[in-house]
Amino acid sequence: MKQITLSIESISKEFNRRIIFENISFSLSQKDSLAITGRNGSGKSTLAKILCGLLTPTKGKISLSMNEKEIPAADIHRHIGLVSPYITMYDEFSGMENLLVFAHIRNLGSAADGDPERLLRQFGIYERRNDEVRTYSSGMKQRLKYAAAMLHHPEILILDEPTANLDEEGAATVHKLMRVQTGVGILIIATNDAKDLKFAVHNIDLNKVNSVA
Amino acid sequence: MHSSTRGGRSPLAHYDSIFKTYYHQNLECGPAKLYLEDALKSLFVPAYYIFLKDSRSELRTRYALNALFMFVVTALSIILFSLGSEAVSSDVLSGILWVVIFFSSMSGLSRTFVSEEERGTVATLQLLTRPTPVYVGKLIFNFFLTLSLNVVISLLYLLLINNFVIQSPAIFWTTIVLGSAAIASASTIIAAIIAKANTKGTLYPVLSFPIMLPLLMTVMNATRLATEGAFFAEALGEFQILISYTVVITTASIVLFEYVWKD
Amino acid sequence: MMSKYLIGKAIVALWLTLIIIAGFAMPMVPSPQQWFELPVIPVLEEKARIIFFHVPMAWTTVVAFFASMIYGMLYLKTKNMDYDLRSVSAAGLGTMFCILATITGSIWAKFNWGSFWNWDPRETSIFVLLLIYGAYFALRSSLDVEEKRATLSAVYSIIAGVTAPFFIFVMPRIMTGLHPGAKGDEGGSTPVAQLHMPANMRVVFFASLIGFTLLYFWMFSLKVRSARLEFKSQKL
Repeated sequence: MKQITLSIESISKEFNRRIIFENISFSLSQKDSLAITGRNGSGKSTLAKILCGLLTPTKGKISLSMNEKEIPAADIHRHIGLVSPYITMYDEFSGMENLLVFAHIRNLGSAADGDPERLLRQFGIYERRNDEVRTYSSGMKQRLKYAAAMLHHPEILILDEPTANLDEEGAATVHKLMRVQTGVGILIIATNDAKDLKFAVHNIDLNKVNSVA
Repeated sequence: MHSSTRGGRSPLAHYDSIFKTYYHQNLECGPAKLYLEDALKSLFVPAYYIFLKDSRSELRTRYALNALFMFVVTALSIILFSLGSEAVSSDVLSGILWVVIFFSSMSGLSRTFVSEEERGTVATLQLLTRPTPVYVGKLIFNFFLTLSLNVVISLLYLLLINNFVIQSPAIFWTTIVLGSAAIASASTIIAAIIAKANTKGTLYPVLSFPIMLPLLMTVMNATRLATEGAFFAEALGEFQILISYTVVITTASIVLFEYVWKD
Repeated sequence: MMSKYLIGKAIVALWLTLIIIAGFAMPMVPSPQQWFELPVIPVLEEKARIIFFHVPMAWTTVVAFFASMIYGMLYLKTKNMDYDLRSVSAAGLGTMFCILATITGSIWAKFNWGSFWNWDPRETSIFVLLLIYGAYFALRSSLDVEEKRATLSAVYSIIAGVTAPFFIFVMPRIMTGLHPGAKGDEGGSTPVAQLHMPANMRVVFFASLIGFTLLYFWMFSLKVRSARLEFKSQKL
């Protein structure tokens, strides 16, 4: 059983010298779940981006380790799946092609052969798999983002606005996913939606910046 | 993280036989296998698939290809009109050829990075793989794009302009290939830089030209030698410069790309 | 409040004043007898005086460029914004000296070789350096996020610096030049021209070189300090 730990120490972020947040620290391991809440503009998405490695913090350190061994910063992306409003798929490719391209670039090998179909079915977009993403509705695009995020079986799942654009059925699938994830890895969600917050045990409220999980 | 429970043939099996032939050893011996496997996994394979993705995307949408082709046709037409029936020396014609090539490159080579920024797929790519494969994949894409473009331009140029006669085709076509590699290497890193700026289009030639000047001078000189019928050996100095230029810029770019790519 | 470098600055100011006076006033006679007499160089004659100013300016602009590049590298390594301020200041001064070097060179070219511009290798290099400085500032003005601006301009200056050796070695091979030390010159085609100057001229020349370098550092420190103040005032 892989033991994964994500810890951040004294993270602060500034943009053009405006402080978004400072001095955030926490540590998460297997089966932990964290919710990041706060009003619009409080930095939820920014913190989520820092946790994925998409942004570098102005101050502080992030470390990810697996079975006590530290994973280099360059490889963090292999263990994290992100679903977020600012993730975009390739419009000119179909849903299936997008997933295949991602699987190839991630170099998942033949072990991942049946995964794109399975994920497309799981998130309910299998029928439209050969249509260009350009033709998808925003709800379908969101479902495709979930399929893409799960493709490499990430130990850490970060969901920014998990149920945005989703209908009841979609939201139910996502909630099921969150429950499963908390059983096998780490779940981090950034949201203010009460229905989503039920799935997270810990909470960081960016409205009052110095909270510690 | 080396899983040996994969179904099917691993990409390593193919290289195993090549390795065996040359080194009379199995790839199974420790360090060599790990190194090669690591390089394949983390660099070449992702780079190759990024190159494929970009190619497939271009072929499907054809935005850049159409515009580029029309640009080349327009540029050559203007030159033909202005030359008229005037007989211009082959020195000047060599120079003009590379002017057309330079501006065509400026029209087309930034697309690989600018399109990712404009569509917002940068974050997606950042989460898929390390920065270096992204750079290498796009460099390979730009190389093939420049090479095809330059071959088309050269052929049209030879066909349409009578005074331009190549007496040493070996020198000329080697110059085209090496010149394309050099142009691709310089323009790809600059494309990555301007993709993050506000005024991308106009900034691209402004940043590229000073960097590419030694390269342009060298290829113009080599082309001149080709029109004069020089021996292949006479152009070796030029080829050495082109190769070392490409190597130096590509190396510097690989080191620096991460700073450009990541926020 | 007396700056502790006041003595140093005073010396630099005096130094340069003496250089300028020497450059213009030392008489040129066919066979120099006194220590302050300069030889008449055939063809150049009085125009030779410009060597005391033109070459040091060209030298300074190259120094400034490499300073800017090195500060850029330090910024990339440490992410300390102060290095970026130093990089821009160096580049700004470099641009100024580059323009001056180009103008003085152009004037000299007109009087010596007949036309203002000839595309000789050295002339082309200084022009390209001017283009690089221009590109550097154009890039900076199109980025409004400070960290991104600092990072990208540092990367560009490093890429430009990396192509510099190609200028030095490629161009003299390909183009015949008017400057001493170029392809067509019997004096040899080394990158740096050999100086065939009598002792007292050499003294003035190297003194000028040192003087301009010191002037550069003085101006640089002023510029950096004003840039830092400007940076801090924006913060509020």
